[in-house]
Amino acid sequence: MALVVNEEQQMLKESARGFLAEHAPISEVRAQRDSGSELGYSPALWGKMADMGWAAILVPEQFGGLAFGHVGMGQIIEETGRTLTASPLISTAILGVTLINLAGSDSQKAELLGKIANGDLTLALAIDEGTQHSPANTKMSASKQDGEYVLNGTKRYVIDGSSADNLIVVTRTSGNPGDLKGISLFNVNSDTNGINIERTNMIDGHNSSIITFTDVHVDENSLLGEFDRGFRPLSTALDVANVHLACELLGIAQESFDITLKYMKERKQFGTLIGSFQALQHRAASWWSEIELCKSIVLKALQSLDEGDAKSPALASIAKAKLCEIVELSTNEAIQLHGGIGMTDEYDIGFFIKRARPAQMLYGGYSYHADRYALISGY
Amino acid sequence: MSNLDSFRLETRDWLEDNCPETMRKPMKTADDGCWGGRNFTFKSEDQKLWMDRMGEKGWTAPEWPTEYGGGGLSKAQHKILKEEMARIKARSPLESFGIWMIGPALLKFGSEALKQQHLPPIVRGEIRWCQGYSEPNAGSDLAGLQSKGVDMGDHLLANGQKVWTSYGDKADWMFCLLRTDPDAKKQMGISLVLFDMKTPGVKPKPIKLISGSSPFCETFLDDVRVEKDQIVGEINQGWTIAKYLLTHEREMIGGMGLTGAGSKTLGSLAIDSLGTTFGRLNDLFLRTEVAKWEIDAAAFACTAERANDEAKAGQGVGATSAMLKYYGTELNKRRFETLLKVGGSDELIWDGDLSKNDGWMAKTWLRTKGNSIEGGTSEVQLNIIAKNILGLG
Repeated sequence: MALVVNEEQQMLKESARGFLAEHAPISEVRAQRDSGSELGYSPALWGKMADMGWAAILVPEQFGGLAFGHVGMGQIIEETGRTLTASPLISTAILGVTLINLAGSDSQKAELLGKIANGDLTLALAIDEGTQHSPANTKMSASKQDGEYVLNGTKRYVIDGSSADNLIVVTRTSGNPGDLKGISLFNVNSDTNGINIERTNMIDGHNSSIITFTDVHVDENSLLGEFDRGFRPLSTALDVANVHLACELLGIAQESFDITLKYMKERKQFGTLIGSFQALQHRAASWWSEIELCKSIVLKALQSLDEGDAKSPALASIAKAKLCEIVELSTNEAIQLHGGIGMTDEYDIGFFIKRARPAQMLYGGYSYHADRYALISGY
Repeated sequence: MSNLDSFRLETRDWLEDNCPETMRKPMKTADDGCWGGRNFTFKSEDQKLWMDRMGEKGWTAPEWPTEYGGGGLSKAQHKILKEEMARIKARSPLESFGIWMIGPALLKFGSEALKQQHLPPIVRGEIRWCQGYSEPNAGSDLAGLQSKGVDMGDHLLANGQKVWTSYGDKADWMFCLLRTDPDAKKQMGISLVLFDMKTPGVKPKPIKLISGSSPFCETFLDDVRVEKDQIVGEINQGWTIAKYLLTHEREMIGGMGLTGAGSKTLGSLAIDSLGTTFGRLNDLFLRTEVAKWEIDAAAFACTAERANDEAKAGQGVGATSAMLKYYGTELNKRRFETLLKVGGSDELIWDGDLSKNDGWMAKTWLRTKGNSIEGGTSEVQLNIIAKNILGLG
């Protein structure tokens, strides 16, 4: 397959850009923050996104979805990266849908996917328990009692934890922390007795929570996928989420670069444009080159997801790692090359670095994914 | 069956009948390459046979017009030829600066007479070319070149010195930049001329590098007679042609891929050399270096692929070759720094029986330091990106 975005995918990208320019330009980021948004995103905007069909993109057609594929979805996500727009897209339309597609029973798919596609149901994955991403080290327990399961434990950095209708909870049903076997997934209503959700105000203003589960009783139908065998679908779903996070990071990197390049062509000091200084020209040129590498590896990873080929796990980690490296470079350079105003709250450029780091850390940053890629490669 | 399909079958049949078995193996080193020319010592009869047969068909220069000896193929047909050759692992029949550099320049800028004179011998591998561009005082600032071409009425008289002439001591003809108008503004007084290396006064002298012997030479020009009909394009209009050629050279270097990559990845070499404990390399810091390189190399390979696919689809940014040359050469340098460390002290043995492959790794590591200098330094490539792509300065 040619490593290019096709016409349809390009149209989706352009329509996403237009939609966001009209309904969620970057000024919305400041407005959301300053108004102390309860949900961490705009429900009205989510409704409009659902009307555009964005919640349905990865849902199979038989459940009311568009099945447009990952390359298409990735174009939308990249654009949301440019405008730093918060929404349930990653947690619900990508991660939630993928988990249900992979692990859900026919009745679970029928019950959940249609509602998601309409924008009527949101999900949050409750996975990490410590400060570093480590799915295999799940300690949170789910013990089988009288035909029910009882959940106990704590989850941290749960994106959309305080706004989602349902939580998909990663638990250990057998074995020890570190074992890949013995992990089970549960689809749980966030209103369930015993669940305590505390929203944390993160540096990017997005929605994240610390959730404690104290003797939370859930029925057998809550089990998503096979008992003790949740790691495989979870790992695949995390690959998918990471590739799309890489898309968001790509949007952030590109927009930071574009804004900075524009500034270099406007700002004058010492009687000339700062863009005429060779040191800055070289910095911009090598930065641009790195972004070109990012565009390429993200597209490769998206295409691999659509093909469902064996290279996807390695490509997902390569893409996430590379994007983490370069979005870090981009957001740092953007501030430095703006000089003093880059440090002001009044200027928008500071929002990019604040969103980049949480997105980098989510489901594994550079160190996690470089390590994972090396392990996959045998070293 | 479409025309292209029948072309594929004909090509497949012709290759089967005409490509010798020994030519169906990849080349191990640059020494295995066939460069042709008057002085070439063929490694085997098969090597000459393969060059002759492909040359006669014009498939050493597949897309050149048939009236100059080329294959006259379309881009689509050329792609098929490449695929069919790859299918039987047929190696390139001819390495040639004539095909890669001066030929395309002559096709675009040369007179009919020059095209008729020089292109067919290039295609047949009879004449081997070298490039007379850089001078000791004109490298990155090539337009500052000072070798003179003085108008003597019925010929030019060339005097000066060229440097970094690849295969200068083996080539038959040189394409050379001379200053033919010393009073004109820098770029405006330069001409591109052609002459036989056997012309009295032409003296190539090999240059030894930190990595050992090299194909590079200095070339001294001492009252060399250059015929006026061997000026490419117009006199004093050589700079435009020179730039066109340099873009080709940059694409050639950028497209070369990683040195001696072979089939073993950096990671697998590291496993062999360092060993692992619980699945991780025994040197954890070097492990990071290896993983970082492989991540960047994967992203770079995708970038070269995407640039190629976008060009075919009519999308993409021009001057991408500067970025590919810059990043690719820096990546190659990093690879050998890591390879040397992974290989350890045995790789430091320079030559002799106890060395590995006659010190190949250390010599290649040193040679890669030139990658970011030749064909336009990394700093020059960044200038090009900044100016032509980013619109800065």
